Amino acid sequence: MAVDAIPAPGCRPRRNTELVLILVAQTVGLSAYLLTHLFRDNALPPAWLPVAAVWYGLGVATSLVVRWRAPYADPVLLPTVFALLGLGLSELHRLSLGLTELNLQFHYIAAVLGLVCFAAVVIILRDPRRLQVYPYFLSLVSFVLLLLPLVPGLGVEVNGSRIWINLFGFSLQPAEIAKLVLAASFAAYLTEQRDLLAQGGRKFLGVHLTRVRDIGPILLMWAVSLVIMVYEKDLGTSMLFFGLFTVMLYVATNQFRWLVCAAGLAVAGGLAAWRLFPHVRRRFVYWLDPFSVPDDATQILSAQYGLASGGLLGTGWGLGRPGLTPFSFNDMISTSLGEEIGIVGLMGIIVLYALLAFRGLACALRARDGFTKLFATGLSFGFLLQVFAIVGGATRLLPLTGLTSPFLSQGGSSLVANWLLVALLVVISHEVRRPHPTAKTDLAEEETMVMSARRLRQVAVGPVGPLLAVAPGQTPQPADREGPDGEDVPTAPIFPAADPPSRPPERQTATPAGQPPGQSSAPAYEQPFNQPVEQPPLTPSGQPLAPSGEPLPTPPADLPSAPLAGQPSTRLTGQPIAQPTDQPPGLPSDRTADPASPEAAR
Amino acid sequence: MNRPIRLVGLVMSLMVFALLANLTYFVVGREPALAADPANQRAVQADFDRQRGQILAASTVIAETAPAAAGGAFSRQRVYPNGPLYAPVTGYYSYVYGSRGLEHSFDKELAGTAADQWWQRLADTLAGRTPVGATVQTTIDPVLQQLAAEKLGDAKGAVVVLDPSTGAVRALVSSPSYDPNKLASHDFAAVEAAWSDLLADPGKPLSNRAARETYPPGSTAKLVVAAAALAAGYSPDSLIDTPATVQLPNSSSVLPNASACGNSQQTLANALRLSCNTSFALLGNQLGAEALRNQAEKFGFNRTHLDAIGDAASVYLARPDDKGDITPVEPDQAQLMMSSIGQWEIAASPLQMALVAAAIANDGVLMEPYLVSEIRAPNLNVLYSHEPQPSQAMEPADAQALQEMMLGVVASGTGTRAQLAGTAVGGKTGTAEWQPGQPPYAWFTAYAHDPDVVVAVFIESAGGEASDTAAGQLTGPIVRDLIAATR
Repeated sequence: MAVDAIPAPGCRPRRNTELVLILVAQTVGLSAYLLTHLFRDNALPPAWLPVAAVWYGLGVATSLVVRWRAPYADPVLLPTVFALLGLGLSELHRLSLGLTELNLQFHYIAAVLGLVCFAAVVIILRDPRRLQVYPYFLSLVSFVLLLLPLVPGLGVEVNGSRIWINLFGFSLQPAEIAKLVLAASFAAYLTEQRDLLAQGGRKFLGVHLTRVRDIGPILLMWAVSLVIMVYEKDLGTSMLFFGLFTVMLYVATNQFRWLVCAAGLAVAGGLAAWRLFPHVRRRFVYWLDPFSVPDDATQILSAQYGLASGGLLGTGWGLGRPGLTPFSFNDMISTSLGEEIGIVGLMGIIVLYALLAFRGLACALRARDGFTKLFATGLSFGFLLQVFAIVGGATRLLPLTGLTSPFLSQGGSSLVANWLLVALLVVISHEVRRPHPTAKTDLAEEETMVMSARRLRQVAVGPVGPLLAVAPGQTPQPADREGPDGEDVPTAPIFPAADPPSRPPERQTATPAGQPPGQSSAPAYEQPFNQPVEQPPLTPSGQPLAPSGEPLPTPPADLPSAPLAGQPSTRLTGQPIAQPTDQPPGLPSDRTADPASPEAAR
Repeated sequence: MNRPIRLVGLVMSLMVFALLANLTYFVVGREPALAADPANQRAVQADFDRQRGQILAASTVIAETAPAAAGGAFSRQRVYPNGPLYAPVTGYYSYVYGSRGLEHSFDKELAGTAADQWWQRLADTLAGRTPVGATVQTTIDPVLQQLAAEKLGDAKGAVVVLDPSTGAVRALVSSPSYDPNKLASHDFAAVEAAWSDLLADPGKPLSNRAARETYPPGSTAKLVVAAAALAAGYSPDSLIDTPATVQLPNSSSVLPNASACGNSQQTLANALRLSCNTSFALLGNQLGAEALRNQAEKFGFNRTHLDAIGDAASVYLARPDDKGDITPVEPDQAQLMMSSIGQWEIAASPLQMALVAAAIANDGVLMEPYLVSEIRAPNLNVLYSHEPQPSQAMEPADAQALQEMMLGVVASGTGTRAQLAGTAVGGKTGTAEWQPGQPPYAWFTAYAHDPDVVVAVFIESAGGEASDTAAGQLTGPIVRDLIAATR
């Protein structure tokens, strides 16, 4: 039982902590900017005061937006982003001092635009589960975005990769946005289909048919990845999407066979690409033995020389020569930073990335519904996979693939897309951390299990009795919560009349402070997926709740009251035991737990 | 669903671990080799961008490192105040074309990377100071250097001024010169353009005529023959056969005198004073190649002297072989006669001819010439200081006799234009015809005792007739003015 995955109702907003952390993180970036000029010119940049004002202003504004619309959001996300963004902007500015071809005007605009998009998402998208509604539409959008660069006249081939589209004179990289849409569509699709995917082959007689149906999506993703690799010549994006899909599929089904299947497909595709495409082969040569082709592997070699010249502690801001490396501002921004702030600094950046990704994953662990779990996992894993691929590529851990380093690389599409990603994580973390009126049992332990009728009976009988032994008005003790894992606690209507009419008032106010009674009625999408039954909101004691928050009139108390709680078998009279069994096995009604369960009171 | 999410978390942790482990391995396993890789542009550029020390002439800065214009690839710029004047000494420091001169030979000291500067480097690093290279103090006297360049003017030539008692090089001028600032520029396209202009220039401004080029020394080489004769027992008053012409043995060529030497005999002193070709041709033939070469090598021929600027070895009856080693050449009689008057298997730099005069003026003791007197670390620690290296070129009595003979040349011989009121100047003129129809080389190498100074002047394209008198008229005033300036 993953206790840590259950949100405590008293999760504090911690917005002030966040603001302080944002200001500290911003100071890191600003210092980098000032140090660059101090080291290079022995003088502060002329416009440093306005720059600092705008920079801190943006940080405070972002913090205010979050305070307003997502007060329970994870307070670490935004400071991490501002630290990365500050370092990235400073390094890009520093590179532009030596590289005349590097024009950062659009990048700065994109940085602000990204913040606006962040604010818009945080303000508009109150609940991430709204994205769950259109899985096929989202898939379509993401595939269109992915394949847009192949449209003649629209797509542009830059530096050998056809991953750009030209729109009204602006170059955009639709794959950056597609990453997010794809994560959402995967999550929505898999939430819907995961039981089928998990159980296919066993459930139906037509084994062969089911398998084709199961394998269909993964084959489709594989095909799309290959198309990206072959026609857009974008190894990184191809790998990123396939990896993202595979991992989300695995999380949704908890079945290793999908990983094995995907690994097989990836190896097959990789080998085919190796045989067919010289540019893929070259990447491997540049990775494994760049010194054998010093005239071709200049980029990776120069990046290595740069890191070596920086050493452990770096040359200092503005004192290295990162501009010698081709694409020092884009693919190689991590080694450009590594040259100037050292291996130690680069490790710090990797840790910042990891921090962001793992805070996202923590949201996934705490989330109460499958979609949010999958979505947060996908966003976090996809983010870290991208970091792994590009930083690993730049430091010769992996073959170099042309991905962007989030928040560091020059490029507006990437910056805006990553701000959107953070916005989604903020919204998710707010949703996950905010106190909920109806406590839920933990989806964490929800295994895709086949439940026997015997087990169901056990579940119905075993753990519930002690629960009911809690007298009205009495705080349930955690020890009460016995039973196997608790996730199979039957739905509340089983015990419609557990409480006498004269209930003490404090039980009614079990909804946490700050939550208006009107909001305590859970929206429809908080119901368990695949469970069509809409149930009335419940009071903490399991009573249906009127929209006003007042308890509905209790039904006639024809059941034994509390003092008889020690005899659970006598209380099963008339309970709608058939309801859980209506559902397919493995779909426990986890979301409709009795709010009177210990989690709610804790 | 949390179990697979946790597994994903584990995979993500492994990814982060792999990135960090790879960087750790980089520091331990890859970085040393990469930093030492000669293909590492950054190491080359970092070397180029060091805070190099100054090069000083007396207290005048002739090369220093200044902050570069902002925005370039480098933070520092090597600057040569009065660049063309001192270019034969400083050389240049170019990213594109490397370095030359003192910039080249004292590169490590100037950059601060010499072995004996490691403590300073460490202290600078720990204290957070920018490591600064050492200062190279040259022996050049800015006044003499400036004056010599002015006197040479546009003529192709060179002037070397030595202190005979120490060997210190007080002026080293080559004309025409070049501006090392143009080669040290960070605008590489401009550097390349300047370089090809210099190569295409008919005046060959990159040639250091004072020390790195050798020319037939003409009659100034008679000093070597005279010294060898004195060493062999001749006295200034010994009579030497001086026919009007000499038929070169086994040759159709006839060697005439270029001045009024008569057609009988002359004393050794007179033969030198009048620069009689036939006297010295016959004398040299008598002394033999071995004796002449020995005497020449005592004067410093057949080896180098100023490694600081990479001088060329002057050769006397010898020539460099394929490997650059100087090996003796055995001449026949005609060749030996021509060599005795400085025309055949003999080539000298102006520096070498100054050394000959210096050894004579210093009573036979040759002081090895030097250009760098001291190298000082930024904290004024002396890293290097010149030690005098004397060697005996002549017996003192012979040297004094030869001094007297040289005084006669200036007093009433071919070098009268070098006379300076109040100071006894001794010297020897020279003319070398190096190509028929081309203007001859004009030489003058002279000394004075009060002040103690040696001046060698070489002019590549002396106008007028090919006679020692003409050469003396051209170069004599320069000698005179330079000696006057040292008083």
